[in-house]
Amino acid sequence: MADEIILLDLWASMLGMRVRVALAEKGLKYEYREQDLRNKSPLLLEMNPVHKKIPVLIHNGKPICESLIIVQYIDEVWYNKSPLLPSDPYQRAQARFWADYTDKLNAKSLYELGRQLWLTKGEEQETAKKGFMECLKLLEGELGDKPYFGGENFGFLDVALVTFSCWFFAYESFGNFSVEAECPKLVAWSKRCMEKESVSSSLEDPLKIHGFVIMMRKELGAE
Amino acid sequence: MAGSEVKVLGTWASPFALRIHIALGIKSVTYEWVEENLEAKSQLLLESNPINKQVPVLIHHHKPICESLAILQYIDEAWPSAPSILPSDPYHRAVARFWAAYIDHKWFTWLKGVASAEGAEAKKAALDQVREGLVVVEEAFGKCSKGKDFFSGDRIGYLDIVLGCFLGWLYVAEKRNDVKLLDEEKMPGLAAWAIKFCLDGAVKDVMPDKDELLDYANMVFQAMAKAKLNAPPNN
Repeated sequence: MADEIILLDLWASMLGMRVRVALAEKGLKYEYREQDLRNKSPLLLEMNPVHKKIPVLIHNGKPICESLIIVQYIDEVWYNKSPLLPSDPYQRAQARFWADYTDKLNAKSLYELGRQLWLTKGEEQETAKKGFMECLKLLEGELGDKPYFGGENFGFLDVALVTFSCWFFAYESFGNFSVEAECPKLVAWSKRCMEKESVSSSLEDPLKIHGFVIMMRKELGAE
Repeated sequence: MAGSEVKVLGTWASPFALRIHIALGIKSVTYEWVEENLEAKSQLLLESNPINKQVPVLIHHHKPICESLAILQYIDEAWPSAPSILPSDPYHRAVARFWAAYIDHKWFTWLKGVASAEGAEAKKAALDQVREGLVVVEEAFGKCSKGKDFFSGDRIGYLDIVLGCFLGWLYVAEKRNDVKLLDEEKMPGLAAWAIKFCLDGAVKDVMPDKDELLDYANMVFQAMAKAKLNAPPNN
């Protein structure tokens, strides 16, 4: 019986892109369903009643929510192709620690900091910028001289972080800073990741993301 | 295996550190417990967890693992023989991880919010939110346990540990605010589960005495209130 895989997602979401990269890494066919978060579909509300957020993966009718939980699920079900988590328990723990750091950051996730970067002004924006860059610098330190966070191979933490790279241009424009100037290794790493088909086919065009942010700022009254 | 190969840096009152006690107990692993003073953190803690400087930290063969949920999964993988902590099926693992994230990121934040809420109205709202969260988890308990004693079935596992470690602090919130949060009527499943969890062999000898925890909490909150009164005014 063929697997039925449906992804409820929003095109610009870097969290949704994580799932797209993971599915592409495993060579999986799936049905992508674009969601309108201002007018949530009955399916989304049924499949994620607790948070009502994307991404949601529906595998043979069963929902899995939260982007990193979905990526781990995909890695565990389709374990014999392109493993994302390393096999060594210690390295797995390290990957989980850093992925958790990105999404929690003892309060604000990288996603939330980035959002404040393009949504706010003045002191609030400066604080967000500082937090955002601190996080990126720490992550760059963790990358070191390795080609990928996963070492020689593209892995779980790479999937978790690379999707933010298509948002860098938008963050830089509204936050008035340069990621490359502060974290050149991270930018080099993101370019290396983009050479992979699974990444380049899943990430969105930074200019389109920039346009999306302009639209969101208007909608949220940030102009 | 020598006890010094496995070290846990923790504090007796930390629910997150309690998770590690329980997990290592399930696996019958011998370990050395290092009680940290969070006001004067040890060099070992600062070196082992330079990012967060928090407990718990598991040190195995001199390598540190941080973040309680990552540690729980590490313990399950480094000591793979039964009993297991996470479910074996990927879908059930995803469900367990989902609820662990809900409990840690949403529900526990609400529980902490009770302590920081100022004024009777804010306190009531905070307490209501904690209770509502428990009602949501009660439903999850029904689905996960499928009529058995624990989230994981017949034996305690990941989600039992993740929620169970907060029972002492839940008791503290109930006593300090003179309310019932884990209500037998509204959450019969969880109320029964809580009793069984606390009696489990891997839990009962390591769980801090809840009245000792209450005394400790009272002392900490009193000190915080005093510090606030004595704090210089902001200019």
